[in-house]
Amino acid sequence: MTVNEIHERLQAQFGEAVGPLSEPKLDAFAVVKAQKIVEVARFLKETPGLELDHCNDLTALDWPARNVIEVVYHLFSYGHRHGIVLKVEADRANPVVPSVEGVWKAANWMERECYDMFGVTFTGHPDLRRLLLPDDWQGFPLRKDYQEAGGYHGIPNTRENPLVELRRLDEKRRAERPAPPPPPAASTPPAAPAEPAKA
Amino acid sequence: MEKLILRRVDHAGEEMLLNFGPQHPSTHGVINFLVDTDGEVMKKAIPDIGYLHRALEKIGESTGYPGFMPYTDRIDYVAAMFANEGYAIAVERLLKVEVPPRAQWLRAIACELCRIASHLVSTGTMASDIGATTPLVHALRERETVNDLIEALCGARLTYNYLRIGGVAFDLPEGWRDRVLKFLDHFDTMLVEWDRLITFNTIYIRRLANVAVIGKEQAIDYGLVGPNLRGSGMDWDVRRDVPYGAYPNFKFEVPIGRGKYGTVGDAFDRYYVRVLEMMESSKIVRQALESLPEGEIVAKVPRKVKPEAGEAFSRVESARGEMAYYVVSDGTEKAYRVRARTGSFTAMGIIEDISPGLMVADLVALIASIDVVAPEIDR
Repeated sequence: MTVNEIHERLQAQFGEAVGPLSEPKLDAFAVVKAQKIVEVARFLKETPGLELDHCNDLTALDWPARNVIEVVYHLFSYGHRHGIVLKVEADRANPVVPSVEGVWKAANWMERECYDMFGVTFTGHPDLRRLLLPDDWQGFPLRKDYQEAGGYHGIPNTRENPLVELRRLDEKRRAERPAPPPPPAASTPPAAPAEPAKA
Repeated sequence: MEKLILRRVDHAGEEMLLNFGPQHPSTHGVINFLVDTDGEVMKKAIPDIGYLHRALEKIGESTGYPGFMPYTDRIDYVAAMFANEGYAIAVERLLKVEVPPRAQWLRAIACELCRIASHLVSTGTMASDIGATTPLVHALRERETVNDLIEALCGARLTYNYLRIGGVAFDLPEGWRDRVLKFLDHFDTMLVEWDRLITFNTIYIRRLANVAVIGKEQAIDYGLVGPNLRGSGMDWDVRRDVPYGAYPNFKFEVPIGRGKYGTVGDAFDRYYVRVLEMMESSKIVRQALESLPEGEIVAKVPRKVKPEAGEAFSRVESARGEMAYYVVSDGTEKAYRVRARTGSFTAMGIIEDISPGLMVADLVALIASIDVVAPEIDR
C-alpha cells in the first residue's frame, strides 16, 4: 500500500483529526491532532491490511519560530512493507502528547529519550523519567534555545588552556622557593660530627 | 542514584541489590545494571545508561553535512562503516545525488567486511563473557586480518570514515582483491572449525539454549532489529526486503533462529544467527569482487553541501540491525536535525522486562547475546 492509500484510510476513519499529506518533500508526512494519536496508532497497528507493527523511530523537532515541538513517528509494517510518517504538534511552552507505549512497547524508551532531550511530557507513559541524563539535570539539550549551564554539581564544563595553568604553577613555585643561603665564610672549618654516646 | 534505587526497588528481607557494571567487562563498556536478586535468581535488572552520552545529534546540528561524517564513526566503533553509510544515504536523498555503481559496490564490500569484523567481536566476547577465554583470541586473530584489509583500503582500523557523500574516498589498492579472496578462503574453513570447536560444544549449548527467550511477537513489539529480530524467528533483512545500494545484485541467504537446541529466540539462536551471517557476508564479498563495475567512485557533489529544505529517512542493515537516520534540512549548510536510530538502544529496552526469573549468570549471556555496544545506546 502506498503512503497515499494509508493516508486515505486514516482520513476516512478520523476525518479532521488527520491533516493533509505534506507536499512531496522526500518523505511525506501527515499531522495528527494530539488527542487522537493513540487511537490513530492503534488503528494503524490493528486494522487488517495496514498492520504497521514496527515503530521504527520516535523523535521530536523543535521549531522556536512557530512555537511548536513536533513529535515524529516513523511507522512501518513488516508484513506489507509499507510505512507512514506522522507528526503531532505540541505547544512549546507546555508540550503534552499522549503516550503510544501501549501500542508499541518500543516507544517506551524512545518517549523517555524524547522527554529527556526535548521535555515533551507523554501522558499515560508508565515510567517517564530521564533516560540518558541524570535525574536532576536542568533543561532539555536538544531544544534550539538550550544554553549550557556552567557546570554540573560543581564540576566545571569549561577549562582554561592547561599551558596557562602550568605557567601559573611555575610562577607560584618560583615565588615560594626560599632565598638561596648566603655563601659560607671560607675560614670556618666544618663542624665535626658529634661522637655517638657510649653505653 | 540513591534516589533512583529507593524509588525503583522495594526490598524484602532476603533480597539483595547488586550493582552490575559499569566496570564489569561483560557490560561491554559503560552500562550499569541495578539487579534486584533473591539468591541466584533475578527479580529485575534495571539498565542505567547515559554514561557515554556525547550529544552526537547536537553535534550533527552544529557541523556541516560533510563535517558530521567522521563523527558518525563514533556512534558504533565496532561497525563504523554502517554508521557512515546510513548518514551518507540520508544526505544523498536530501541532495538527490545518484551514487555511481562502482561506489555502491565498494560500499557493499567494505560494509560486509566490517560486518565480519563486528560479528567476530560479538561472538568472541560472548564466549569470553560466559567463561571461555580462548575463542576470543581466535576471533580477534581473524579480526586482525580483516582490519589489515580495511586499513589498506582506507587507512584506519577502527573509525574508518571511508564513505563520502556521493561515493567513497578511495579506490581499491593494488593487489587488494587477491588478498581479500585469500582471506575469505581461509575464513570459510575457519568458520567450520569454529563451529566444531565452539558452537556445538556441549557446555556452550547448555549455557545458551533456552536462556532469555524472546518470542517473535515480543521482538517486533519492542522494536528489536537485525540478528536479535532474526534470532526470534522473524525472516527480515533490510538488505533483501527494502534494498539499497548494490544489494539487489547479490544472492545471499537470510539466516533466522530455528531453535536448534532449545526454544526459538533463545540466546543460542541469536548467537548462531551471527555465525551464519558471517558466512553470508563472505559470499557477498566474493560476488561483489567478481562483478565489480568500472567507473567513477564518487558522484559530483557541490563543494557547498546545501540541500533544499526537506526531510529524509534512511535505513541500512548494520551489524547490530537496522540503523536509521532521520535528517531534516532547513535549506542551510547545517542540518536542522540529525537523528540516529540504533539497534542497541531498543535492544536494551527489553532487558528490564525479560530479566525477571533469570539467573544472575544468565544476565551476562543475555547482554552478550543481544550484542550491545555502549556508544550505540547512548550516542
